[in-house]
Amino acid sequence: MEKEETTVHNGLESAAEVAIGADHGAVVDHAADAPGMPQLDIGTFDNQVFWLIITLVAIYLILTKIALPRIGAVLAERQGTITNDLAAAEDLKRQAEAAEDAYAKALADARTEAHAIVEAARAEIQADLAEATARANAEIAAQSAESAARIDEIRAGSMAMIEEIARDTATEIAAAFGSGAATDADAISAAVAERMKG
Amino acid sequence: MASETTNSGQGNKGNGRIIAYVLIAIAVVLFILGVTDDYESGLSIHPMDQFIISPLFGGTDVHWYTVTNATVWFGLAVAAIAALMVLGTRGRAVVPSRGQSMAELAYGFVRKMVEDVAGKDALPYFPYIFTLFLFILFANFLGLIPGSFTTTSHIAVTAILAFAVFFTVTILGFVKNGAGFLSLFWVSSAPLVLRPILAIIEIISYFVRPVSHSIRLAGNVMAGHAVLKVFAGFAGALGAASVAPIIGIIAIYGLEVLVSAIQAYVFTILTCVYLKDALHPHH
Repeated sequence: MEKEETTVHNGLESAAEVAIGADHGAVVDHAADAPGMPQLDIGTFDNQVFWLIITLVAIYLILTKIALPRIGAVLAERQGTITNDLAAAEDLKRQAEAAEDAYAKALADARTEAHAIVEAARAEIQADLAEATARANAEIAAQSAESAARIDEIRAGSMAMIEEIARDTATEIAAAFGSGAATDADAISAAVAERMKG
Repeated sequence: MASETTNSGQGNKGNGRIIAYVLIAIAVVLFILGVTDDYESGLSIHPMDQFIISPLFGGTDVHWYTVTNATVWFGLAVAAIAALMVLGTRGRAVVPSRGQSMAELAYGFVRKMVEDVAGKDALPYFPYIFTLFLFILFANFLGLIPGSFTTTSHIAVTAILAFAVFFTVTILGFVKNGAGFLSLFWVSSAPLVLRPILAIIEIISYFVRPVSHSIRLAGNVMAGHAVLKVFAGFAGALGAASVAPIIGIIAIYGLEVLVSAIQAYVFTILTCVYLKDALHPHH
C-alpha cells in the first residue's frame, strides 16, 4: 500500500511537471516543504478528515433538525392547500349548481302560482262582470218596461184629449155653420168617434 | 393573507441581496489577496500551491485539530448551506420566495433522484444523501471563488465521502439481506459456466467503486483548478498577449461551473445506485 502510494505520487508529480512545463527549480523548492501534490501530503489527512466529519455532522444536523422537516411541512402544506382548494372549488361548484336548481324550481313555482292567481282573478272578474251585466240588464229591462207603461199611459191620455178637442172643434164648426140638425151633441160625438177609429 | 405573503417575499428578497453582497465582497477581498500573493515575475507557475493546507493562525505544524484554510472553507460551506436551507426557508410560505424556491428545488431534485434510482424504501436515507450532495455542490462552487480553497479537490476528503458511502452501503446490504446480499455478485441471468468468472469481475468492480467514486470527484475539481492556475500564470507573464489566456480562463471557468454541478450530481446519483444495490441486490 505504502509503495503503491509513493509510485502514484511520483507519477502524478512528474506528470504535473511535464504538463505544466514550469521551471524545475520552483517545483523543487516547493517540494522541499510539501510534496508536489498537496493532496498526497499524508500529514494533513487527519486534520482534513477531522474537520470534514465535523462539517458533515453539522450539515446533517442542520438538515435533519431544521431544514428538512420545515421544507417537508411546507410542501405538505402546499399540497394540502391545493387539495383543499380543489375540494372547496368542487364544493362551491356543487353549491352553485344546487342554487341554480333551487332558483329554477322557485322560478317555475312562482310562474305556476302567478298563473293560478291570474286565472283566479280572471274567473272572479268574469263572475263579477257577468253579475254586473245581469244586474244592469235587469235594471234596464225594468226601466224600459216602466217607460213603456208611461208612454202607453201618455198616449191614452193624449187620445182622450184629442177626441175631446175634436168633438169641441166639430161642435164649434157645426155651430158656426148654423145647421140645426147638426148641432146635436150625441151625433157629433158619434161622428168623431167614428172618424177617430178609422 | 395576500399582503402577508408579499411582505415575507420582500423580506427574503432583501435578505438574499445582502447575502449576495457579502459573498461578492468576500470574493473581491480574496481575489485581491490571491492576486497580490502570487506571481511576482516571470513564468513561475505554481498550479498546485492553491491546494496547500496551512494553519490559519501561524505555525507550520498541521495537527488533527489545527484550524487551517481548509477548515475555513468547510465552515463556509456549512454557513452557505445553512443560509440556503434555513434562512431561505424561514418564511415557510405556501407561495415561496426565491430563496425558498431554490431550497425546495434542491430538496425535490435529490429526493426524486433517491426515489427514482434507489426506490421508495431508500427514502429514509435521503437526509444522508442530501447532506453529501449539498456539501459537494457548495464546496465545489465556493472553490470557484477566486483565491478560495477547494476542499473537494483533496483526495482525503473525497475518499472519506466515498468510503463512508461504501461502508454504509455494504453494511446496509448485509443487514437488510443477510447472505442474500452476495447474490449481487452472482449474475443469475448469465450462463452457469460464466458465473464464477463474472462473480470475480463483479467483486473487483465492487471494491473499486469507492476508489473511482472519490478520485472522479477530486480529480475533476483539482484538474480544473490547476488548469485555471496555469492559464492565470500565462496571463501574468505574457503582457499584452495575455488576452488569449484570459479568454481561456473565462471559458474554462464556465466549464468548471458546469463540472462543479455535474460532479455533485454524479457523486449523488452513484450513491443512489450503490444504495439500490444494497436494498435490492438481485439482478
